[in-house]
Amino acid sequence: MNDVVLAIHSDRLFMAAVGVYVLAMVLHAAEYATLRAAHAPATEARPADTPVTVAAAAGPDERAARPGTPPGSDPDDSAVGRNLSDESAAGRETPQRTRADRFGGAAVNLVVLGALLQLGSIVCRGLATDRWPLGNMYEFTSAVCLAAVVTWLVVLRRLPALRAVALFVLLPVVVLLFLAGTVLYARAAPVVPALRSYWLVVHVTTITVSSGLLLVPGVASLLFLLRRSGRGGVLAERLPSAAALDRLAYRTTIVAFPLYTFGVIAGAIWAEAAWGRFWGWDPKETVAFVAWVVYAAYLHARATAGWRGGRAAWINVAGLAVVLFNLFFINMVVAGLHSYAGV
Amino acid sequence: MTTTAPPAAPPGESPPSPPRTAWALLRNAWRGLTSMRTALVLLFLLAVAALPGALLPQRSLNQRLVAQYFTDHPTLAPLLDRLQFFDVFAAPWFAAVYLLLMVSLIGCLVPRTVEQVRGLRTPPVATPRNLARLPHAAAQTVDEPVAQVEARVRGTLRGWRVAWRDEPGPDGSTRVRTVSAERGQLREVGNLVFHLSLLGLLVAFAAGKIVGYEGQVIVLSGGGQFCNTGILGYDSFRAGLRVDGTDLQPFCVRVDDFTATYEHSGQPAGYTATVGYQTAADLAAGTDAWRSATVAVNHPLRTDGSRVYLLGHGYAPRFTVTYPDGQQRTGEVQWRPVDQTTLLSEGATKFARPGVTDEEQRRTSQLAVTGLLAPTSSGGQVVTSVFPALDDPEVAVDVLRGDLGLDDGRGQSIFTVDRSRLDTGELTRVARENMRPGDEITLDDGTRVRFDGVRDWVSLQVSHDPAQVWVLVSAVFVLVGLMLSLAVRRRRFWARLTPDAAGGTRVELGGLARTDRAGYGEEFDRLTAQVLDMQDSRDTEERR
Repeated sequence: MNDVVLAIHSDRLFMAAVGVYVLAMVLHAAEYATLRAAHAPATEARPADTPVTVAAAAGPDERAARPGTPPGSDPDDSAVGRNLSDESAAGRETPQRTRADRFGGAAVNLVVLGALLQLGSIVCRGLATDRWPLGNMYEFTSAVCLAAVVTWLVVLRRLPALRAVALFVLLPVVVLLFLAGTVLYARAAPVVPALRSYWLVVHVTTITVSSGLLLVPGVASLLFLLRRSGRGGVLAERLPSAAALDRLAYRTTIVAFPLYTFGVIAGAIWAEAAWGRFWGWDPKETVAFVAWVVYAAYLHARATAGWRGGRAAWINVAGLAVVLFNLFFINMVVAGLHSYAGV
Repeated sequence: MTTTAPPAAPPGESPPSPPRTAWALLRNAWRGLTSMRTALVLLFLLAVAALPGALLPQRSLNQRLVAQYFTDHPTLAPLLDRLQFFDVFAAPWFAAVYLLLMVSLIGCLVPRTVEQVRGLRTPPVATPRNLARLPHAAAQTVDEPVAQVEARVRGTLRGWRVAWRDEPGPDGSTRVRTVSAERGQLREVGNLVFHLSLLGLLVAFAAGKIVGYEGQVIVLSGGGQFCNTGILGYDSFRAGLRVDGTDLQPFCVRVDDFTATYEHSGQPAGYTATVGYQTAADLAAGTDAWRSATVAVNHPLRTDGSRVYLLGHGYAPRFTVTYPDGQQRTGEVQWRPVDQTTLLSEGATKFARPGVTDEEQRRTSQLAVTGLLAPTSSGGQVVTSVFPALDDPEVAVDVLRGDLGLDDGRGQSIFTVDRSRLDTGELTRVARENMRPGDEITLDDGTRVRFDGVRDWVSLQVSHDPAQVWVLVSAVFVLVGLMLSLAVRRRRFWARLTPDAAGGTRVELGGLARTDRAGYGEEFDRLTAQVLDMQDSRDTEERR
């Protein structure tokens, strides 16, 4: 196959992936619509639900935890004021598959198919251009979306009870892919000499994957806020519990944050070889720094009494906003060293 | 930092017990500064303070864009300028935020380090009385004596910090063995490593700004030389706070050859310069030999603690002027690309007539060859470039004669001629011609101007930052510390072994995860199965 054919295949696979994602969204929406409102707090209590006074034994980590809260759930759950039993209850196999389950199951299969198609599209791009397929905004956005989808599938495998969140994860993914395929689209082409380095593979790939990973906690925190405020009405009450959403946000963030940190460090090492300095407050670098500080603030807020819960979730949402801002606005509006990437 | 000042209130002139008040005030201020809430607020301030640095043009990055901003926003720009929004990362308010954050960090780290060291020495806390109330708990009676179960617990808890204790039994006589075990101290260690390395990184970063420097220079390819002997050798130079240019490492670089390759579309595919260089030691030893190296994009030359980068390239046309009296002058200066995709370049090569003693005549007989250079000419009447490589060069030049203003003491661009001098009559255009290499034009006074050919020039940057390796080391530790502090779970495990009347043992187990990462349940179940020596298939599968 020659390069032109491969490039065409890549584009077709991309469109197919978007189509499959949209179909999956429709099915997830059907699942959501047929879902009954979230279960009342579980009837079956775990031993953890009985308060215990181990505060005397508490070390510095637990300092902030209010006494009398169930320590069985992890300290951070106490701020939410609920226990997590409903999450585990929902995860248990229900005796017969409901209609929502059937819609949901089909949707998840479609998401897997979409992810495979998208992976095919990205691989074809790489083969068509004979380079690592992260050379412009279109390819970058596509890869970020794939990373987000894969993250979501991994989360779903571990915590199937969270499936109702799928709709809200796929929504930004589809919007971003639409933008990638229209506004940001760039034809398969080689890249400028500065981008021909194995650091492109290291730096851009880690930044891409961590950005995709960070999309999931951002959405989870947003839903957490919606769920907790109680103003979401019918929409919100079918979501998993606030505590489950909060934990989803935290657990994904602590995987993404070190990876993101590594990506920034790798970028600095590359910049030292390519631009003559490892850090120069280029707009992209500056906003990457801001995002890093915001996520650091999120992790600290999670360990501070009075901040975990709502405020921490707002910080996490702000973090995602900064990451997306860095991905799009900085490249498309502000002139900087990173802006040669196709747009 | 006012908060760190000693509470020095002179006793005579103060109201009752002011030292104590002052001390309390300082102590509270210190506590406030080092609290997590303050740290969070400072982190936020840092994030917000950095934003104008990304959204507004910065002087350190692009002077031209700042000037443009002043033109576009004549009322807003001066206001922003007074707030130093165009030099955010050098602004005192930005420094104030990160210095406060550093102080807050140190104030938080010191007690935590002490606590951690102390914690490593003290044995794990005593076993809670009622293990059944812990989040993870199990209890069972086994047929073995206490000693045997104890041996198994010891085996199971290999790698844990343990403390065995004796308790009086329920009837006051039987001896009850308890163990408290904990694991995951690396979490806090990682946390401390992360924060301390972050401090190290900031210190190394600052050190680099103080003793480092960076200079740019344009060197003609095919033998052009440059030596790092002083600031004057550079076209532009950014010095660190303690750099005055007297103490640079005097190495020399000679650009032997430059190659650029392009795609068919004209997009560059690669730049490579073959250079020779002499290190400071070579020069001191008086050797004539040049070491050879290749400098390319993403591949600098590293020598004498400095790095030499290839930043860009362009073309320098060569003109020879033969004056009517037979004297010749050759001019070869860089012209600057005006179109990055085709490398159409503009410039002005200036000549002063030699051998003229009369000041006035010398001033008014200067020549400038100015115009456009197309590396691959379209061949049309109007010279345009169709490709960036030097395939078919052609220049379209105006030859100007008169007073170029070279002697009026003011600096002027090497790329342009002050066109207003044409209007005032100080300059006159004496020729306009398209020329290919070898072409020659003869001016009205018999002066001949020949276009000899074109050479490449490269723009080199020399960077010196002795502290950057420490930034890298710190960054690696930051990452390691971060991963430890997020991945390691702190958890506790307790066992109480009570002998029962039948010679067996009542085993009570309890567990508690101390960090907010769940997943202790499975490990606890595995430990339980091991301690109770369960032969149940599911549990044995999980054993290692």
